[in-house]
Amino acid sequence: MNRIKVGKIIAELATLGLFLAFLFPFFLVLINSAKTAFEVTQYPLVMPKNWGTLFKNIATIWTSGNIQYPASLVSSSIITSVSLLAISLLSSQAAWALVRTKTKTSNVIFFIFVAAMVIPFQIVMFPLLSWLRTITGITGLRLLRTYAGMILCYVGFGVSLSIFMYHGFIKSIPVELEEAATIDGCSRAQIFYKIIFPVLSPIHATVLVLNGIWIWNDFLLPLLVLGKGNAIQTIPLAVSNFAGAFVKQWDLILTAILLAMIPVVICFLLAQKYIVKGMVAGSIK
Amino acid sequence: MNIKKENTLVFWLFLAPVLLAFAVVIVVPFFMGVFYSFTNWSSSAKADGGLRFIGLENYIESFKDPAFAHSFGVTIIYTIFNMVFINFVAFALALLVTSKIKLRKIYRVGFFVPNLIGGLILGYIWQFLFNNALPSLGKTVPALAGLANPENLLLAKPASAIAALIIVGTWQYAGYIMMIYIAAIENVPAELHEAAMIDGASPMERLRAITLPMAAQAFTVTMFLTLVQSFKQFDVNVSLTSGGPSTMFQGVPVLGTELLALNIYNTAFLSNFLAMGQARAVVFFLVLAVIALVQVAVNKKKELEL
Repeated sequence: MNRIKVGKIIAELATLGLFLAFLFPFFLVLINSAKTAFEVTQYPLVMPKNWGTLFKNIATIWTSGNIQYPASLVSSSIITSVSLLAISLLSSQAAWALVRTKTKTSNVIFFIFVAAMVIPFQIVMFPLLSWLRTITGITGLRLLRTYAGMILCYVGFGVSLSIFMYHGFIKSIPVELEEAATIDGCSRAQIFYKIIFPVLSPIHATVLVLNGIWIWNDFLLPLLVLGKGNAIQTIPLAVSNFAGAFVKQWDLILTAILLAMIPVVICFLLAQKYIVKGMVAGSIK
Repeated sequence: MNIKKENTLVFWLFLAPVLLAFAVVIVVPFFMGVFYSFTNWSSSAKADGGLRFIGLENYIESFKDPAFAHSFGVTIIYTIFNMVFINFVAFALALLVTSKIKLRKIYRVGFFVPNLIGGLILGYIWQFLFNNALPSLGKTVPALAGLANPENLLLAKPASAIAALIIVGTWQYAGYIMMIYIAAIENVPAELHEAAMIDGASPMERLRAITLPMAAQAFTVTMFLTLVQSFKQFDVNVSLTSGGPSTMFQGVPVLGTELLALNIYNTAFLSNFLAMGQARAVVFFLVLAVIALVQVAVNKKKELEL
């Protein structure tokens, strides 16, 4: 009995230790955001003398023309929310059409979407840029450095996995549900938007979480499509731009990082249950 | 309008937006990319219309380039160690937080958090930790004085900088993989453990005879997930080491910690060898395609066994 007790205490202490170690880097960001440039380089490990410095640093970052934090926050929010709306609506309706139409064409299209999940971004990124320029040349529609182009890219890269996840779930919805609605006089399109779309809530949650984390944190795609230092900047772009321009000015870089993490942490605390569930479900698919 | 016609119409209308976006963003650039990798494509070769077919030259030159060979090697080392460490740490964490300890819900969240923050930002945080916080610790604690020596900075030497990348990679993904293991461990029926306890099995014996075999299904998922994620690592590489420091390889200086994704990017944009960067991206894709085929085969075999 005693041996089990000792084991339990060791497990408790080990987990606590690991927990603190895992969160230590974030703690380091927090305490050093509340220091002056000199204090950060000289005493990175001691607690700040004056927490008021934290608000001074935040104000500096918030108003700095070099990072444009408020504008980046708005841009990141627009890009993420519009892309998520488009991805969940468009891929759920596509998946439903694919499941409920049992033809060879439908099977081939679904297979292509699934197979495309293997394609890494690296193989398409260089031609994508020159091809988006070509499209602009032909149609006059500006795609580089615009919201439209950025969102189009996220929809294109996001639909494969999303269709796959919706497809799996829709297969399990009984057709009788739709047949009843047909008898009541619903058209095909109405059936989807009124009956099927609301039933998909658990998959909507998973799709929103998986794509949301990816899009919000993504760096390489916005770097290529939006470019560094242009009018539209996402938060990762702005942070990397700032860190590149203010090398070693750790008091401000760490404050910028702190501000970049805050929206994510808030979202996580609000939707913790869905996020953890969604990410686990996404991995197993 | 008859029902069949309406169905076909709705089918294509519902698919049109995704097909369009998918074609513009993935299908067309994919085939362009494969084609360009066999040409002398560059920003100038396109402008004056001098695009020429040069066969396998980009591929042959890439494999002759020590920087690419080195990058390939570093990526394999990084991927293997990352896979092992992530899965080991994640499984250990999962065992701890599924035991009956206090605050286990809070611990799970804590371990998971790094995974929510972008790799780019994580890399900057750890750069600060390795370059400033650790040396400062060396100055304050006499027993760790070695840490204060600039020569001992983890990011100053290629081998230790790769170790640093692995540390950050493990920290970044372990919490996510842990969640998958937790789901697997919690799926083990409690009766199995109760029966084993009545038979006098120790916790270690139960781990070996019950938990591990029951969690085996999750191992395939996590192994391939961490394999692919590690192989594609880019963001942390950019912000933590930018590929540096340089080292000598086959008689020429190369970037010591440049993983493949970064090498592809640098070849095209820093060195301006667009077509060669593209050829390397095709190689990168082929490796991932082989991994995916193996994964499918393994899963098929598992399904047959069940």
